[in-house]
Amino acid sequence: MKRFVYINDEYQNDYCDNRISNTKYTLLNFLPKNLWEQFRRFMNQYFLLIACLQLWSLITPVNPASTWGPLIFIFAVSATKEAWDDYNRYISDKQVNEMEIWIVKNGARKHIQAQDIRVGNIVWIRENEEVPCDLVLIGTSEPQGICHVETAALDGEIDLKTRVIPSSCVGLDHEQLHKIKGVIECPNPDKDIRRFDANIRLFPPFIDNDICPLTINNTLLQSCYLRNTEWACGVAVYTGNETKLGMSRGVPEPKLTAMDAMIDKLTGAIFLFQIAVVVVLGSAGNIWKDTEARKQWYVKYDDDEPWYQILVIPLRFELLCSIMIPISIKVSLDFVKSLYAKFIEWDEEMYDHETDTPAHAANTAISEDLGQVEYILTDKTGTLTENKMIFRRCCIGGVFYGNESGDALRDVELLNAVANNSPHVIKFLTVMTLCNTVVPIKSPSGAILYKAQSQDEDALVNAASNLHMVLVSKNGSNAEIHFNRRVVQYDILDILEFTSDRKRMSIVVSDCQSGKIFLLSKGADEAIIPCAYSEQRIKTFVDAVDKYAQLGLRTLCLGWRELESDEYLEWSRSFKEANSALIDREWKVAEVCQKLEHSLEILGVSAIEDRLQAGVPETIEILRQSGINFWMLTGDKQSTAIQIALLCNLISSEPKGQLLHINGRTEDEVARSLERVLLTTRITTSEPKDLAFVVDGWALEIILSHYNEAFTELAVLSKTAICCRVTPSQKAQLVKLLKSCDYRTLAIGDGGNDVRMIQQADIGVGISGREGLQAARAADYSIGKFRFLKRLILVHGRYSYNRTAFLSQYSFYKSLLICFIQILFSFLSGIAGTSLFNSVSLMAYNVFYTSIPVLTAVLDKDLSEKTVMQNPEILLYCQAGRLLNPSTFAGWFGRSLYHAIVVFVITIHAYANEKSEMEELSMVALSGSILLQAFVVTLEMNSFTFVQLLAIWGNFVAFYVINFLISIIPSAGMYTIMFRLCRQPTYWVTLLLISGVGMGPILALKYFRYTYKPSAINILQKAERSGGPMYTLVNLESQLRSDVENTNISISTTPVKNKNSVYEPLLTESPIISTRRSLVSSSFDIFQPAQSRTTSSYPRNIKAN
Amino acid sequence: MDTSDSEGDSRKSNNKPKYSKFSQQELPACKPRLTPGTVVVAFSLIGVIFILIGLASLSASQEIVELVDRYDADCVPTGDKVGFIQNSETDKICTRTLTVPKHMKSPIHIYYQISGFYQNYRRYVKSRSDKQLRYKNDVHVTKDCHYEANTDDGAPIVPCGLIAWSMFNDTFAISVNKNTIEVNKKDIAWKSDKNNKFGSDIYPSNFQKGSLIGGAKLNESIPLSEQEDLIVWMRTAALPTFRKLYGRIETDIMANDQVTVVIQNNYNTYSFGGSKALVLSTTTWIGGKNNFIGVAYLTLGSLCLFLAMGFIVLYMVKRRTLGDPTYLSWNRDTLDHRY
Repeated sequence: MKRFVYINDEYQNDYCDNRISNTKYTLLNFLPKNLWEQFRRFMNQYFLLIACLQLWSLITPVNPASTWGPLIFIFAVSATKEAWDDYNRYISDKQVNEMEIWIVKNGARKHIQAQDIRVGNIVWIRENEEVPCDLVLIGTSEPQGICHVETAALDGEIDLKTRVIPSSCVGLDHEQLHKIKGVIECPNPDKDIRRFDANIRLFPPFIDNDICPLTINNTLLQSCYLRNTEWACGVAVYTGNETKLGMSRGVPEPKLTAMDAMIDKLTGAIFLFQIAVVVVLGSAGNIWKDTEARKQWYVKYDDDEPWYQILVIPLRFELLCSIMIPISIKVSLDFVKSLYAKFIEWDEEMYDHETDTPAHAANTAISEDLGQVEYILTDKTGTLTENKMIFRRCCIGGVFYGNESGDALRDVELLNAVANNSPHVIKFLTVMTLCNTVVPIKSPSGAILYKAQSQDEDALVNAASNLHMVLVSKNGSNAEIHFNRRVVQYDILDILEFTSDRKRMSIVVSDCQSGKIFLLSKGADEAIIPCAYSEQRIKTFVDAVDKYAQLGLRTLCLGWRELESDEYLEWSRSFKEANSALIDREWKVAEVCQKLEHSLEILGVSAIEDRLQAGVPETIEILRQSGINFWMLTGDKQSTAIQIALLCNLISSEPKGQLLHINGRTEDEVARSLERVLLTTRITTSEPKDLAFVVDGWALEIILSHYNEAFTELAVLSKTAICCRVTPSQKAQLVKLLKSCDYRTLAIGDGGNDVRMIQQADIGVGISGREGLQAARAADYSIGKFRFLKRLILVHGRYSYNRTAFLSQYSFYKSLLICFIQILFSFLSGIAGTSLFNSVSLMAYNVFYTSIPVLTAVLDKDLSEKTVMQNPEILLYCQAGRLLNPSTFAGWFGRSLYHAIVVFVITIHAYANEKSEMEELSMVALSGSILLQAFVVTLEMNSFTFVQLLAIWGNFVAFYVINFLISIIPSAGMYTIMFRLCRQPTYWVTLLLISGVGMGPILALKYFRYTYKPSAINILQKAERSGGPMYTLVNLESQLRSDVENTNISISTTPVKNKNSVYEPLLTESPIISTRRSLVSSSFDIFQPAQSRTTSSYPRNIKAN
Repeated sequence: MDTSDSEGDSRKSNNKPKYSKFSQQELPACKPRLTPGTVVVAFSLIGVIFILIGLASLSASQEIVELVDRYDADCVPTGDKVGFIQNSETDKICTRTLTVPKHMKSPIHIYYQISGFYQNYRRYVKSRSDKQLRYKNDVHVTKDCHYEANTDDGAPIVPCGLIAWSMFNDTFAISVNKNTIEVNKKDIAWKSDKNNKFGSDIYPSNFQKGSLIGGAKLNESIPLSEQEDLIVWMRTAALPTFRKLYGRIETDIMANDQVTVVIQNNYNTYSFGGSKALVLSTTTWIGGKNNFIGVAYLTLGSLCLFLAMGFIVLYMVKRRTLGDPTYLSWNRDTLDHRY
């Protein structure tokens, strides 16, 4: 699996050219491919089948246009959108492809278009130009052989990265670069932008025939920009769509919200119901035909009929009932969902002034899920904290600095020590200054700016420069430091890079003056302190680390060692070998590094403060009140994590809360520890205690591979968890674990290490923070600050859920209403599938009259934002799915049946005998239905802006205007009907009667429930609207306690306590709050499909009863 | 603007969302409240209004004098009714005498009422060609009729289809107190139908010439737009029991007058067990006699009043402070635990 790239070879290879294509379609395949994609959805197949059946005039009750019209419209809309997007992609591709690029051909430089670059070409790039394909760097304008690139388009990181040319290419001049020949052995294209394990070998006469290893640091990747470097040139190794960027491109799996799943399920149920109706009425129709209709001489049935006649009546009913599944629901939902997303982006209160970032919804389809979140998994650094690192304290050689003032940089003792050239301090500062990957950049004004990938390194270098140890420049292998007006030069020999496994980085430098070689290391305490030389007393440092961690500071241990040149040379060889390995390079390098990093002299501990973001404790408090469980997953060490958790209200200190530790180094220890914690948790659930457990990455690894079940039980029982020292993949595993217990998870993070968990979670939220945009890009939503999360969930998520719940159920209600009327009519028309309504009315009913008003539900607010924020517990209604479930749906189903009966019975009695003219009667029934719709929407909305009023009643007026217009056309099937009806007093009296009978009982029932069996939402509505003084909430903190107690009661007593009629049909939700997490869910499982999927049989927490 | 971040604002706030009441979801909204007061008032008001409407409709309906005479059973000999009615030779004259209970003011509408007849049966109701009925050039457009479309030799039947073919053909001759009264058969069809749905230059042809005779025959010298009985018949009924206008009597009939109707009992409702009746009726603003609306309004109105009373009683018995948050489950729990 290797590719050999021959540099500057005339021979044409078979690799693809550099034409980039992000387009999905071509002009030719657009129509078939797009149609194919659209028809892969069940709903669309269904509608197509219906539309095709309608072409058979014998069975179609209405004009086929009534289905084809909307169907084609819907298809055209989504096809146009796709085409437009694709066209834009094509345009931007074209721009990139036709970019003018210098390459070397036959020893001379030539201008070609970017798309004509072939693998093996030597490409020249000037400053601020975009890299057209993946290159291996072979020459730059800088004598040290480095160049700087900005990789923002690739990984979202805004700092400059240094790229170096491989050692074997150092020192080539222009002329040589034109003629260079060689071979690069590299892996086949992949999408890992952090790895490039390859080798380069130049052919004679260029230097010796030596293999030189290549890493990602020797590459210029497509879409990066060359900065601060006059020119660079490189060999194209991957081109076109085979570049690292091209390979990592891809459409992420679309996420489906819990609500979508529920709607799909309900659609399925309605489909089954429809089939049942078709079968029953179809056979009844056939029986009636054979017994009764043959007696009706005027129908003129022949005695022998073709065989398919038996299918005709069932198929007619299929078509009549086809509108039970509303064709408009998909379009309506798409529309409102994109509006929810817009509301999020428009929200001024989620705009971050500091970084000038508004909230962004990359995924417009999952807003409802925000309201149903049950678990939030949060990163710590940069998410809860500001990720603005400030060097606060340090402990150098056992002396603590900065303890009094809280700021070591102002500590006189330290300043004195610096001034006095205290050797310990100088060593410490040297490590701070050199052991990093920071790039100093001289601005035109002469000030030095540091570009750092890690905020910690940035803080250290800046602190050092404040202490007069200034990193002035760093050019590849050379670093210049000014210390107290002295210039010190160092050669950087090797960099032992930081990885999340090693948790430390080291650098090998040689002092240019003395020629001495030093190893400088910094890293986490547990990664550095064990490397101390055996005689060193490490206790002070361990104490310092503990002390700082308790203050919530981030600690780094710094150490160094002088190397013998023999030792270094020997090691250097094996390091080079490991670095040129093509297989398992990372592991091999780590092993070699370890050989050098020992017997360190620990210099001291630095403590960096990372302040909590504003509003974090309040946000967490509110979200926990709303019943969301928080897990903090961090790479930081345990004590720091616990400290931060305490600071931000995640856990409570004794005696209110209790923290359980799961630790141990071996499998047995971990198992015992887990057992103990689980036992404690089980017992303690009866006490009103804020329970949390802490686990570190090591123990977690063992647990996840061996004790998954016990841990799952613990995860379900415990509301709060702190997982420290966890790797990105462990974060993702934890998300997966919670998801497998059927919880809605939200992962929030800001850095590249959170990407996997963000992608894994039901909802990924990225903080567009200082660690680059990687997380924000992968996320479904990105916000500027953690505190916006409460607004995102409680306001936007909750409203979205409520609105969609209403909208989707209403869509089914109105379709069912018209279907039920048709079915009722069929009993009076010989069960032959005659449509009461004409084609135009049917089409307009579904697409127009009933779709427009309900869309304004996007403006509906059941409670004001303020009330929700004051009573976050109300989110429970969304979490538990209280507003959209089979039971509420049954309510809507019943309502549509009731309304259909009302409309039909009143119509046929009011328009009996001499008035029973088909066209008139159908319009009376239709007007009645439309009027009821308007009332239903009015009744179900909670707040009315002028938009809603206009849409609801304007629509009613529009209904008449449209029908008057249609009544003018003689061939429309309702010629003059509307004019005649409107002149009849009976018509108006009938409509009034329909609305009275249809809405009276519903209004009465609603009032009764609202007043005497109110749901929590109702109570808050009343409180809010009575306008009186806003009540004070009784100590809400104890909610958690009460939860715990309830759980206990349910365990200890019989299910009697569990009044589990979760959902009640019609109108409002049940006031009895017990959720689908009810412990005893025996008989209600069928109504709780979410639980039926549950793999675990662990009892769930009852939230509130 | 806030002074603390004015520096930041002046420098960069390009991405700040533009403020509008709509985008911030802050449009002024009215939030109606379901207070006991409003609900009780609303229900009482609705109740009163509905009772008033109910009384008005009921009295209007009661004002109407309606004579219904079902004649299908009495106008055929017992035995083979179908055979009798299908025999074109037999004498089908049948005389009925009715007594008018109350003074009937003109115009008095004469309807024939048929029940058990499914004009809305899918196969039947679609069997017509509106184009053929309207446009002279389209007399060949009989495709929509499916049945009774063309004669055996392919000539189009005008008007085609089952509806026209099965047209009602009983006739009524009416006399009051032995004096023959003229039945006005003009303008019994909708004007709009005559003017715009049935052509004035289209004449019946090939109609009822097939082997099987359905209902009435048409005079081939009268254009379709003047064939009002046909136009009335072709306004299909939505229900299996329907009345269609036969004609009008332009004179008053006094109470206790004897109305004699001589019926040509031609139409076959016997094979499917349907009934036929003759209806004489006056009209008011609600149309024909129909107690349903009045009764329904009265029932609903009194139910509303009853509910309003119920709500008042309930309110007295079970007082609830509006929006007392202590009723919130989570607060209730806390209270419970506290005491």
